[in-house]
Amino acid sequence: MAAATPQVSLRATGSLRRRRIVNKIMEGVGTAAALLAVAVLVVVTVSVAVRAAPALSWDFLTQPPNLFGGPGGGISSAIIGSALIVGMATALALPVGVLIAIYLTEFAPRAVAAPIQLALDVLNGLPTIVVGIFVYGILVIGHLQSAYAGAVALSIVMLPLVSRAAQETLLLVPSALREASLALGVSRWRTVVGVILPTTFGGIMTGAVLAVARAAGETAPLLFTCSIFSPDVSTDVTKALPNIPVLIFTYSEQPDPALHEQAWGAALVLMVFVLVASLGAKALLARSRRKLGR
Amino acid sequence: MMNDNVTIPVDVAPVEIAQERGAPETAQREVVFDVRDLGVHYGSTTAISGVNLEIYRNLITAMIGPSGCGKSTFIRCLNRMNDLVPSARVTGNLMYRGQDIYGEGVDPVAVRRQIGMVFQRPNPFPKSIYDNVAWGPRVLGLKKRLDERVEKALRGAALWEEVKDRLKRSALSLSGGQQQRLCIARAIAIEPDVLLLDEPASALDPIATAAIEELMHDLKRDYTIVIVTHNMQQAARVADMTAFFSLEVDESHRSGVLVEYDNTDRLFTNPSDKRTEDYVTGRFG
Repeated sequence: MAAATPQVSLRATGSLRRRRIVNKIMEGVGTAAALLAVAVLVVVTVSVAVRAAPALSWDFLTQPPNLFGGPGGGISSAIIGSALIVGMATALALPVGVLIAIYLTEFAPRAVAAPIQLALDVLNGLPTIVVGIFVYGILVIGHLQSAYAGAVALSIVMLPLVSRAAQETLLLVPSALREASLALGVSRWRTVVGVILPTTFGGIMTGAVLAVARAAGETAPLLFTCSIFSPDVSTDVTKALPNIPVLIFTYSEQPDPALHEQAWGAALVLMVFVLVASLGAKALLARSRRKLGR
Repeated sequence: MMNDNVTIPVDVAPVEIAQERGAPETAQREVVFDVRDLGVHYGSTTAISGVNLEIYRNLITAMIGPSGCGKSTFIRCLNRMNDLVPSARVTGNLMYRGQDIYGEGVDPVAVRRQIGMVFQRPNPFPKSIYDNVAWGPRVLGLKKRLDERVEKALRGAALWEEVKDRLKRSALSLSGGQQQRLCIARAIAIEPDVLLLDEPASALDPIATAAIEELMHDLKRDYTIVIVTHNMQQAARVADMTAFFSLEVDESHRSGVLVEYDNTDRLFTNPSDKRTEDYVTGRFG
């Protein structure tokens, strides 16, 4: 005669019930926070798009600003100027950033890598207006504002982003690949150039694209270095060139409502660019992951 | 003759396999590696110590022993792969054809150029099959008749027939066994003097393992081969000489030591050390 084992309830009662409720509440709060982030993006995008709508036209993208203010005219000079400034900034930040990442992951002893890493993190946290003042102090005072001064300022903003992203991709490369190359009697640097960089190309480009997207919208560094410009289309980088962020800033301060519309339009152009760049970066990253077989 | 070594008799004792192998004549053979009192330390821990042995030209020398006994550490000294571990320190003497591998002014890159290595897990580059083999020669400046060199290496690794129609395909599309043979092709494409194989078949199925073992018999005509394996049957099947490593534990230290080194037949059938006997008869390890 076996004694009946006491029945254990499999239903949630007592403290288990409480724990279950807390669990549900926290899950709900977490979901709400995630939805909030999406909602903010949607609200911003929609409100910018609605306000930008009256200004949008083909001419808006292809014509320079109307010299006498008022309706008409576009932002083509600012688009070209922004493209030049960000392009130059990328040309400066990308090679240096990638080299830093290579040094940190492939060559530097840990005792050296840690402080450099810290310096990059600090640089990343540096307020962009400080970067603007710094470049103003060394490149603008005594000279004039110029597109290249703006590019230098933006490249300082981009550098830690590019470097960090490249570093993370380089760390994904399995050490077995390094060993395979080194065991062939190939030097470290050739291993980096021949095996590691091709493997990580997609990931590094992803970081670069995200940094470009970030730099394209930076206003503070350009206020000091590239904000007093003639509105005409120009490609002379030794002079200050019109650019989208500063244009948005100045137009929004003007009394003319037509310029307000144009500021919204320029903001939408910037946002679409960032969105497209981010999606492109995601696609590149997926491609790079496949290449690494992950 | 070659086929005798291909089938893998799973339940045959290593002793029986080893007995069928003749003893190689080492007296007249050229010594490729002369190892004297070799020790490797990681920080304050000792991985191996007091290793003495000679590795002969065109023979297959196997390193066997339980996990953690330092056989991989040992083989990675032979081409200075241990340099990649920042805390590793090597003591003693390691002569390669009369030159001290750890001597002053010796460039590890030049060492590895002569002494190639194949690793435990197949690690092809994420490149095409052709480029995997061609990359080494290209970087090292052996660009003349590259196609021929690639074909020769792939034939040497018994992979040519399987991949000749898809050389441009990614190496990652190959099976594990094919990838490992590709890694061997990549290693021999630069015509090294010595091939180090660090448990080359441990990640492979028995059929792929048999293919690799048959390949080793062919390769030893041209190369001196050192193989690490945890599989005693494999050592008994392929190796001419076998070194048994074990873990020596006294009060506070534990380090790998070379217990016995002899021709494979004698080491398996008539070991002189009790520890070797226990290990090869399966009483330990």
